Amino acid sequence: MAVTGVFMSAVADTHAQGHYHGPAKGISRWLLTTNHKDIGTMYLIFSFTMFLLGGTMAMVIRAELFQPGLQIVQPEFFNQMTTMHGLIMVFGAVMPAFVGLANWMIPLMIGAPDMALPRMNNWSFWLLPCAFLILVSTLFMEGGAPNFGWTFYAPLSTTYGPPSTTFFIFAVHIMGISSIMGAINVIATILNLRAPGMTLMKMPLFVWTWLITAFLLIAVMPVLAGVVTMMLMDINFGTSFFDASGGGDPVLFQHVFWFFGHPEVYIMILPAFGAVSHIIPAFSRKPLFGYASMVYAVGAIAMLSFVVWAHHMFTVGIPITGQLFFMYATMLIAVPTGVKVFNWVATMFRGSLSFEAPMLFAVAFVILFTIGGFSGLMLAIAPADFQYHDTYFVVAHFHYVLVPGAIFGIFASAYFWLPKWTGHMYDETLAKTHFWLSFIGMNLAFFPMHFLGLAGMPRRIPDYALQFADFNMVSSIGAFMFGATQILFLFIVVKCVRGGERAAAKPWDGAQGLEWTVPSPAPYHTFATPPEVK
Amino acid sequence: MRVHAKRAGALLGGLMFPAWSMADWTLNMTPGVTGTSNRVFDLHMTILWICVVIGVVVFGVMFWSIFAHRKSRGAKPANFHENTLVEILWTIIPFVILVIMAIPATATLVDMYDTTESEVDIKVTGYQWKWQYEYLNEDFGYFSNLSTPREQIENRQAKGENYLLEVDNPLVIPVGKKVRLLLTANDVIHSWWVPDFGVKKDAIPGFINETWTRVDKPGTYRGQCTELCGKDHGFMPVVVKAVPQEEYSAWVAEQKAVAEQERELTQKDWTMAELMERGEKAYQTACAACHQADGSGAPPAFPALKGSQIATGDMAAHIDIVVNGKSGTAMQAFGNQLSEVDLAAVITYERNAWGNSTGEMVTPKEIFDYRNQQ
Amino acid sequence: MAENQSYYVPEQSKWPIIATVGLGVTLYGAASIMVNAQQGESTTGAWIMFLIGAMIMAYMLFGWFGNVIRESRAGLYSPQMDRSFRWGMSWFIFSEVMFFAAFFGALFYVRVFAVPWLGGEGDRGSSNMLWEGFQATWPLIQTPDPEAYPPPEAIIGPWGLPLMNTILLVTSSFTITIAHHALKAGNRSKTKLWLAATITLAIIFVFVQGYEYIHAYQDLNLTLKSGIYGSTFFMLTGFHGAHVILGSLMLIIMLIRITKGHFTADNHFGFEAAAWYWHFVDVVWLGLFVFVYIL
Repeated sequence: MAVTGVFMSAVADTHAQGHYHGPAKGISRWLLTTNHKDIGTMYLIFSFTMFLLGGTMAMVIRAELFQPGLQIVQPEFFNQMTTMHGLIMVFGAVMPAFVGLANWMIPLMIGAPDMALPRMNNWSFWLLPCAFLILVSTLFMEGGAPNFGWTFYAPLSTTYGPPSTTFFIFAVHIMGISSIMGAINVIATILNLRAPGMTLMKMPLFVWTWLITAFLLIAVMPVLAGVVTMMLMDINFGTSFFDASGGGDPVLFQHVFWFFGHPEVYIMILPAFGAVSHIIPAFSRKPLFGYASMVYAVGAIAMLSFVVWAHHMFTVGIPITGQLFFMYATMLIAVPTGVKVFNWVATMFRGSLSFEAPMLFAVAFVILFTIGGFSGLMLAIAPADFQYHDTYFVVAHFHYVLVPGAIFGIFASAYFWLPKWTGHMYDETLAKTHFWLSFIGMNLAFFPMHFLGLAGMPRRIPDYALQFADFNMVSSIGAFMFGATQILFLFIVVKCVRGGERAAAKPWDGAQGLEWTVPSPAPYHTFATPPEVK
Repeated sequence: MRVHAKRAGALLGGLMFPAWSMADWTLNMTPGVTGTSNRVFDLHMTILWICVVIGVVVFGVMFWSIFAHRKSRGAKPANFHENTLVEILWTIIPFVILVIMAIPATATLVDMYDTTESEVDIKVTGYQWKWQYEYLNEDFGYFSNLSTPREQIENRQAKGENYLLEVDNPLVIPVGKKVRLLLTANDVIHSWWVPDFGVKKDAIPGFINETWTRVDKPGTYRGQCTELCGKDHGFMPVVVKAVPQEEYSAWVAEQKAVAEQERELTQKDWTMAELMERGEKAYQTACAACHQADGSGAPPAFPALKGSQIATGDMAAHIDIVVNGKSGTAMQAFGNQLSEVDLAAVITYERNAWGNSTGEMVTPKEIFDYRNQQ
Repeated sequence: MAENQSYYVPEQSKWPIIATVGLGVTLYGAASIMVNAQQGESTTGAWIMFLIGAMIMAYMLFGWFGNVIRESRAGLYSPQMDRSFRWGMSWFIFSEVMFFAAFFGALFYVRVFAVPWLGGEGDRGSSNMLWEGFQATWPLIQTPDPEAYPPPEAIIGPWGLPLMNTILLVTSSFTITIAHHALKAGNRSKTKLWLAATITLAIIFVFVQGYEYIHAYQDLNLTLKSGIYGSTFFMLTGFHGAHVILGSLMLIIMLIRITKGHFTADNHFGFEAAAWYWHFVDVVWLGLFVFVYIL
């Protein structure tokens, strides 16, 4: 690996520096902080809170779908639940978790004293609770919360949307501002604050993937802002962007939305690629195979993500030339993604493997994400997609890339770096229990959805025909299991923060990188003087 | 909420078992009954097997490492971390596989897009939450509504065999003929899907999407709306009856006669009781989904009719809103969805049901005149 | 490290949280105004909320930027910090470019696909069945449903006021560059003069644009509600206009700062950032002039 052999004690002299203090006391520490570690912690806590909230909504959905008929909620509320679950998980749980990891780890990995623009960093974070306060408040408004799915297709979300849609739009604007500023900060930090000697091709992969993710964020979040602005105008100011009677087109919404939406999918997975590329070598005790090809693959995936958006819209009736172009481009993504998987497997091959919790999650990530990739490849075949589109097959597909993909990536990262954050080792037995329960629950919840979709069950329905009953019940049981297990994660983290075996500066014998050169827990300020990377 | 839970609990025993006995553990897509659906099924199986083989190879290597290269078994790590040749190989081989896969996919897609030389043209319009079928060459059309009773949905009655997949008037097509479907929608985007045909296409308001099918085997085929279209998205199935040509011709003749009969009914003199009876039926299919069977509605999106200004006040305003709808809201224009008889019946019903005892009635003839004036 | 100075990491700051509250209150107020207006309820309370939010935002902007200016003048910033600001501003402008890209994309899509389809041309031409008598033209002076969206009587041609506005903005790009060179040469009075000229051109532009809008609304029935031509026209020119106003405010603040003696010949990133922004606004206008007015 590139960052091997970098080392000097960067920390000793931070204490000598006069103008650095420890954290302030009380609530002001968190409200006014400019410290990347504090802000990272807040992002992670916020993300987990949203994960539980969105998860609770998923439990409502699965409880209603436990058996056919309407039992627990009415269709109106069911639609609000699916919509809010999606929005909260995408924008509230997964994205902030990765920004939290970026805040904590990027300065430590590149030997920077903090993020490049620390005050703006704080603002990026605090905008998120503000946005979600507005979003969640719509649940209590007259007419209920948004009920048109997290993709909010017009005109269901414009002419036919509830009054709270306008609030939803402004909440999305605030999230967008937060994401863009967060991404600008990450890019400025990576491009400007690397320790001397750390060339681009020596950067750790987590930093590389985040650099590319940040670029994607800046490129597409404004497009999301654009499309919700068009909605706002259609709803409140009489424009006709998405109304054919004025010369617009409802499909225009989908084009602009998915121009944002597809890169967004990679925004949620690329940082996990990066983190896993640290964890697998560490527990294989062997350098990452094909560092350069990993970087190029991520770059290729990011570039391709701009020209594949219409594969989400194969059934809207785009002309055949367009259909073919988007089919071919989408299939191409399998190539760089395959390269990454092959590299991870080659890294494990002839290593010296051990299976602590981070490695368990990372290996499950590779296997299950690949399954999600396979179903993605199937979905790319446009004629076959006519059968899969908007069925539970799609639900299975994106939950396979997001749950054991993004979320297992986050768990793996959390266990990997918890010793660095808290100074304590987490409880390995409990963590392994957390893994196995999550693994079983998640597969039980989502694998049967493939069968449901192939058998013809559409997504986003509160009630279903009788032939779907069995697998839905299995799926609900798996979902409850997965959901309940996450409380255990909370317990493990709290336990780890409060105490436990002292962690060494480098608790994993195979780990590489600058972050392991500072003590555990990482001091409040690190690398005030940049280390030298050879 | 609690009442629901109790009711669900009480019925759990009785309802679970039929559900289980009817349910099945189907794992895979079915080949369907059209040429298209068969080709799609073949594509599906090919790509599935390609994925399985790649998966077996890749995960085979991985599990071998997990098994054999464990630290606990004393494995010493190797130190290789680069091999350009290997990288090039595992870039090129998947690429070649993809090209091979793209060829049949392209051919199938081109065929699916060819809507020329159709023998029957049907315009399919999605409404919240029903389908309208108009036979363009024959000049008649009708609506197709979910026919599963509310009692089954709310677990007060055992669920039937085709729970949620049954309609009052299915689409009827002749077997062996190329049927062209022109899909559009009246309000939001819907999507028309019959898995056995391998046909799924979005119905987009203001635009027409074309697709086609040719069914060779007579039978009844069931599907659903697959684009989230609001509250009752899960309750607007698609049912298609494919019948032999003779049966189809007879059915078409019958439909034309029914349409003619309907026109005559407009001229008949209706009594209050007749209108109320017909009105209740029409209300249940056309209005109850939003305004509820008891007229209580679901404010603010769907206002109550019971005791409402519209249903108890000025008659002309009431007719106007039912016939022309209210733009910018979910209230559709029913003028082109219901016959004059049904419009008159519904309005009369709404003005006299649930304690809205205005005692007023409007006749089909008056509605007919009203529409002609417009 | 090339620089001896260490990277400046500010202590705690109250501005981000004030900014959060300000933005939240402003936008919640804005949403309430719209929702209440649509439902025919009173908007007074919502307006008060909106204005309070806006005032908090104004207070925050002065406070936060004031803070940064003081730190910069106190010499706390290293050249490395300067590079962070440069990266930050460049990527911010890139994000703005992408925001406009969404609206340009919408314009191209309706012109190339949606409107011709509705008019009966191309792959989805059978859509015309639903809109009998509708013909695809651009500018769209006939809408598919004239009752819902009464079409404009005429549109604004490119060679009158829009051409003049183009000349104004392009000239202003030159004047700001002259001002920048003067600042680098240490000639502050020349800087002030050319900067003031730029601001004057910007203000004339805004007034001309305002006049054009009044003309469109009053005489041509070209409004937001007159179908997709009006929608794209006003969204593109409107957002551009809003950016011109924002850019002008930046330039005015730069003029004030120069008058107060801020900036040196080799340390004036605030000025440069405003100039970059101004060039960006200018380039967007050229895109607008070509794709909205001429073609």
